Amino acid sequence: MSDTLISASNLQKRFGDFEAVAGIDFEVRQGESFGFLGPNGAGKTSTMRMIGAVSPRSGGDLSVLGLDPGESGAELRARIGVVPQRDNLDDELTVSENLYVYGRYFDLKRPTIEARTKELLEFAQLSDRADAQVETLSGGMKRRLTIARALINEPEMLLLDEPTTGLDPQARHVLWDRLYRLKQRGVTLILTTHYMDEAEQLCDRLVVMDKGVIAAEGAPHQLIAKYASREVVELRFPVGVEADLSAEFGHMAERVEALPDRILLYTDDTDRSISMVEDHHLEPETMLVRRSSLEDVFLRLTGRSLID
Amino acid sequence: MATPLTLRIVEYRARYFRRTWRGTVVSSFINPLLYLLSLGIGLGKLVDANLPGGVDGITFVAFVASGLLAAATMQSGAGEGMYPVLVPFKWSFTYEGQLATPLSIASIVNGHFIWIAVRLTMVAAAFTIVSVILGALPADTAWLGIFPAVLSGVAFSTVITAAVVKAFVPQALAGIQRFVVIPMFLFSGAFFPVDQLPGWVQPVTRVIPMWHGVELSRWLILGLEPGVAPWVSFAYLTAVLIAGWGATMYLYRWRLWQ
Repeated sequence: MSDTLISASNLQKRFGDFEAVAGIDFEVRQGESFGFLGPNGAGKTSTMRMIGAVSPRSGGDLSVLGLDPGESGAELRARIGVVPQRDNLDDELTVSENLYVYGRYFDLKRPTIEARTKELLEFAQLSDRADAQVETLSGGMKRRLTIARALINEPEMLLLDEPTTGLDPQARHVLWDRLYRLKQRGVTLILTTHYMDEAEQLCDRLVVMDKGVIAAEGAPHQLIAKYASREVVELRFPVGVEADLSAEFGHMAERVEALPDRILLYTDDTDRSISMVEDHHLEPETMLVRRSSLEDVFLRLTGRSLID
Repeated sequence: MATPLTLRIVEYRARYFRRTWRGTVVSSFINPLLYLLSLGIGLGKLVDANLPGGVDGITFVAFVASGLLAAATMQSGAGEGMYPVLVPFKWSFTYEGQLATPLSIASIVNGHFIWIAVRLTMVAAAFTIVSVILGALPADTAWLGIFPAVLSGVAFSTVITAAVVKAFVPQALAGIQRFVVIPMFLFSGAFFPVDQLPGWVQPVTRVIPMWHGVELSRWLILGLEPGVAPWVSFAYLTAVLIAGWGATMYLYRWRLWQ
């Protein structure tokens, strides 16, 4: 038995004339957490829906848990868990009823569901809200309940589509902590995100997607090492000034990116770059040095920011 | 059709109903009751006074109650094909949640209609019991009207469900209610014999599924000769049910399998 859970080759998805996924290749292995990083409209959700056997592929090959999602949809869905981009809980039902109803969809017996509910609510830190109507929960709680619900069938892998979009920072950290625990238990996580910090926190390996194709693949630190310098100097100038200045930076760093609101200097010697900026009396409003991130990788690969 | 997973949908709908039934009492129970009291008993006094011995020996209140049983059940059936269909598509996204499990689109559609049959049986039974208590219907035959009422209600709900999934905007619901459901309700023959209408309108009433439901329950409860042979009405309602169910299945696949 191979440890490859998903393998896709030349996978495509078209909606009429629109090519959402334009032929991608990737593999996901047992126990790893794998991410699709890209902006909205990159084809991440379409890919996830094909993996989850809720959307037919338009071309190419796809195998998930050794099954063809196009042919063995129900059998496949019985073995995976899905956390969708938008919550689809039953607001009028209680927290535990939501788990019960969902467990029944997997044809689980009542005692099994009840035992797992207790465990899952503990995991999702919702034990004290078991009998609360879902409508009364906060956004973060609903998200955690959705994750708990996706685990009711003890899935072999968990698909998470934008798991923390729309949550406040504290709720995001709680959620990351829960996902990290799952990962440590050996659950294979597959997630999409347009947050680079989320990708860095959770993904062992990821693909950068843009406009339906994969632009790069690797571990976060590998991608950063390959496509960006170790550190970045970020300069912010008063509105309208930077465009005139951008030509002056060429020699101050290995690579320069001029964004609408900032100039980024990619360099392995930030002290040297900073002193050169100072020597030229460029006087930015703010200047900061930070480590390179996946955001910089994305910028390098596509010329655009992750979040427009 | 009734695979275990289809029944999981019915089970879910029943559980959901247990939380939300209060909101349905007015439209599916109180309103028909008010029609029965105002038209059947109130107006009935006036009608019976002018028709000693009633129509074919049937009092007006019995005439109305037997027809209203089917008409009111059908109105509830139409309601079950409106918001309960549009909400999971557009606002709660619960269909997406269900489809991420082993459930299929077919099990969602079949479960929806089986649940409507269960729900309309409750509506028709409640109306029947109250009608018998009020003395509007004969206790020994009143229950016979439940089957045609539920059959015509489910048949009509398949048509409404398909129309709602096709139209897909909430504004369509008000339009369907005002221009389809209410006119049908008024001209289905529940409140007066449709042969009172001008000759050219009468063939139109034969197309209305609700009219067939009304005629069948009146025939079974009161023994009143129906406008067409009962088997024609049963066949027609069954045909509407199959066509509406097929259209619904097609449209759900069209919306959800993309």
